Amino acid sequence: MKLNSPLQAYKFLPGTNCGECGETTCMAFASHLIDRSLKLTDCTPILDDKFKKKYAELDGLLAPEIREVEIGVGDNIVKIGGDDVLYRHKLTFFNQNALAYDVWDTMDEADLVARVEQIRDFKKFYVGEYLLLDMIAVRSISGDPKKFADTVKKVMDTTDLPLILCSFNPKVLKAGLEVAGDKNPLIYAANKDNWQEVADLALEYNVPVALFAPNDLDMLKSLAKTFLEMGMENLVLDPGTFPTGKDLRTTLHNFLKIRRAGIAGDRDIAFPIMAVPLTAWMAHDDPVSASYWETVVASVFTIKYGDIMLLHSIEPYALLPEMHIRDTIYTDPRKPVTVDPAVNEVGSPTADSPVIVTTNFALTYYTVESDLSSNDIDCYIMAVDTDGIGVEAAVAGGQLTAAKIKKGLDDAGFDLKDKTSHNTLILPGLAARLQGDVEDEVGSNVMIGPPDSGRIPGWMETNWPPEKK
Amino acid sequence: MTKKIKLSDITDMFKDLGDVEALEGVTIEGDIELDISGGGGLNPALAYALGHETAQISLHLANISRMLGYPIDQVFAGTAAPTAGIAAPARLNELISSKFEVGNVEEWKHTIQEVTLGATSADGGSRKSTVTLGGENALPFYFDAEMPHRNYVTMDVFDMPIGMAKAVKMNYEDVINDPAEWAKKVVRDFNADMVTIHLISTDPLINDTPAREAAKVVEDVLQAVDVPIVIGGSGNPQKDPEVLEKAAEVAEGERCLLASASLNLDYERIAKAANDYGHAVLSWTQLEINAQKELNRKLMKQCDVPRENIVMDPTTAALGYGLDYAYTNMERIRLAGLMGDDELTFPMSSGTTNAWGARESWMVSSPLKQDSDWGPREYRGPIWEIVTGLTLALAGNDLFMMMHPTSVQVVKELTQTLFGLKEEEPIDITNWIGAEV
Repeated sequence: MKLNSPLQAYKFLPGTNCGECGETTCMAFASHLIDRSLKLTDCTPILDDKFKKKYAELDGLLAPEIREVEIGVGDNIVKIGGDDVLYRHKLTFFNQNALAYDVWDTMDEADLVARVEQIRDFKKFYVGEYLLLDMIAVRSISGDPKKFADTVKKVMDTTDLPLILCSFNPKVLKAGLEVAGDKNPLIYAANKDNWQEVADLALEYNVPVALFAPNDLDMLKSLAKTFLEMGMENLVLDPGTFPTGKDLRTTLHNFLKIRRAGIAGDRDIAFPIMAVPLTAWMAHDDPVSASYWETVVASVFTIKYGDIMLLHSIEPYALLPEMHIRDTIYTDPRKPVTVDPAVNEVGSPTADSPVIVTTNFALTYYTVESDLSSNDIDCYIMAVDTDGIGVEAAVAGGQLTAAKIKKGLDDAGFDLKDKTSHNTLILPGLAARLQGDVEDEVGSNVMIGPPDSGRIPGWMETNWPPEKK
Repeated sequence: MTKKIKLSDITDMFKDLGDVEALEGVTIEGDIELDISGGGGLNPALAYALGHETAQISLHLANISRMLGYPIDQVFAGTAAPTAGIAAPARLNELISSKFEVGNVEEWKHTIQEVTLGATSADGGSRKSTVTLGGENALPFYFDAEMPHRNYVTMDVFDMPIGMAKAVKMNYEDVINDPAEWAKKVVRDFNADMVTIHLISTDPLINDTPAREAAKVVEDVLQAVDVPIVIGGSGNPQKDPEVLEKAAEVAEGERCLLASASLNLDYERIAKAANDYGHAVLSWTQLEINAQKELNRKLMKQCDVPRENIVMDPTTAALGYGLDYAYTNMERIRLAGLMGDDELTFPMSSGTTNAWGARESWMVSSPLKQDSDWGPREYRGPIWEIVTGLTLALAGNDLFMMMHPTSVQVVKELTQTLFGLKEEEPIDITNWIGAEV
């Protein structure tokens, strides 16, 4: 965005402090515009006709440096791009990179449907929500337009996930668009040879289009400039993903250069970037090696500026790290690291329910909490103030101590003798060394739980309730 | 709940059956702790039979490193080449030719301190090789400036058997009671650049091994391998200063890295041991850039540790368990260093092994019923360590403390590829869409 301070945005706002955006003053709203935590459309008065000009001007100034591109329609729409910074701590990265997994037009129907279902249904629960996969990429291997169209149709019958239609042959792409044109798929790709015909298709169907110029940034920029000139703004740039050796190094450099130039204000190249880690499969014939290397390449370009990614392996050992590294990079660094120290209830605990101790590091706390609630364990969970440091490190660093646990119980007004029938705390397995200290300091019984809260259900079966002494 | 059994229990179960040579139809499921050290009386043939499945997996993982970098013939289907000619009226007939340009980052004016670990006989030590970290003038692998040194990996060795994920443990079963042999194995078989000897048995809550006895183990490791070493304590803040002092003394002149000085123990003693006996210090803080500055400042100003003897460990959290903080913390530290904050211009080290604390790396299956199948953990574990490591490599980390041989190979392959050391047959991706994969 072209603005640096709330004051610059404030000048365009109605200045009535009407409060309709939820903020008490227009100045407060302006600061949310600058950190992108509220949208200009949240200011309903400025949508009024009399502010039309100011709205348009401010909207332009607030637009992210890297354009935002939407793929798909409806609930599953995928947004990519939209970044304003090169480092996540400077603000945050917006629109996590879209993970697309391939199918191809030479698959037999049962395999095709099964694969699409796997991609559609794969999910992992993490810190209160599901990590999911985003898109299906349909590759034309046969070169036959009809086969391609049939495959696209079958995929659409199976899922609403947004599509990437992949062929360098405009006739094949057209056949795909005849089936999927109203679903706003991304078409892949225009290159130096086919760009005119692909441009015609993108215009005719009004769909986003990927531009492919392997290791040729001049050509990539020329294509982008030409498509812009023809009125297309929904562009995705693929500078080529070379999977090995010096070429992989060059690929990284290309990604870095494109994004640096885009953030610095070169509008002709300020578009989302596509990585194709699938090319790892052209370097390795052993499927485990290929999956591993593909995951490695995908991770590199998730961290460094890939906005959309085309992948092949759907083994869980590839999908899980790909989803997690994406979450790692796109998590808003401004979100709190900690939860409030407290003794909280999970389910409906009684005096016989266990009291489970963990830290106030948000990730640890939510992990323990979801392990307990998803296994229907009624209990108390105690978040000790460890300055947001996890169990193992907090024990090593002295942030999780018997005194801290005592203080946490006191501050929460949670008297074990009064609230429970067993006067027992359960410490994390990784804090086992605190057992004696806690017994002395708190004056309660202390049991040592498993090192990972995922094992609490099994641990409870053999250890809870504690034997009467 | 999976029942936990030990291998020796299984041997007992079969001991009356005479010579068992193979177990047909047996698959190993659940959390089996292969407890080789306990019990004795293990029937080797039975162990082999039981180990068959794990042996296959390890073979498969070993294949990865063998396969790395060997391009195969590209197999393409007969995709028709896009035909030239005008199919429909194009709005433009010519590309608007454009030149791409981008500058280097001007604010990166400062060089990260170089730190050399290990000393050869010429410098009063007995190492055959040394490792130099740091020296960067840009973020890692960037085009702004070449990195002067590649990344290095130091592999973990412990002075007593410890609990490990199954996928890790199966690589070390033969050496788990012998730190010197363990050290030899990681250098000889797993391509470790360095060895870290963790003196965890010194913890008063574990074995309370006296510092002098622990120092013997350091001597053994120095005898066993000729690469530079890292000496780690148990993490007990009361005991570590004494343990590291004694270890530093017996390793005099070898330029080891003492792990670690931190704000919650008597860092002055550790700094003094390093200064007195010619070692470097690992300055360890917990995901807090200001604490890192404070400790580095104290090491330099208060303890007179020379700049060329400081390496930082700003803490590694595993993928999915705080790697976002670890990544950004390191990236901020490195950017600050490049822009001239001389309390942060030091090379960095990562306890990448922490990745094995993530349940995704070792648990048989998800503890949450609503998750999709996690697949075999034998493949999940190494990739968890790899992705944790490579993420921090991109943030500027120089030295990796690691555990699984496959993870080590892949992290080395990637970092050396991005560094520019790997020559490979170019792969033509022009028509990747049609590739039969």
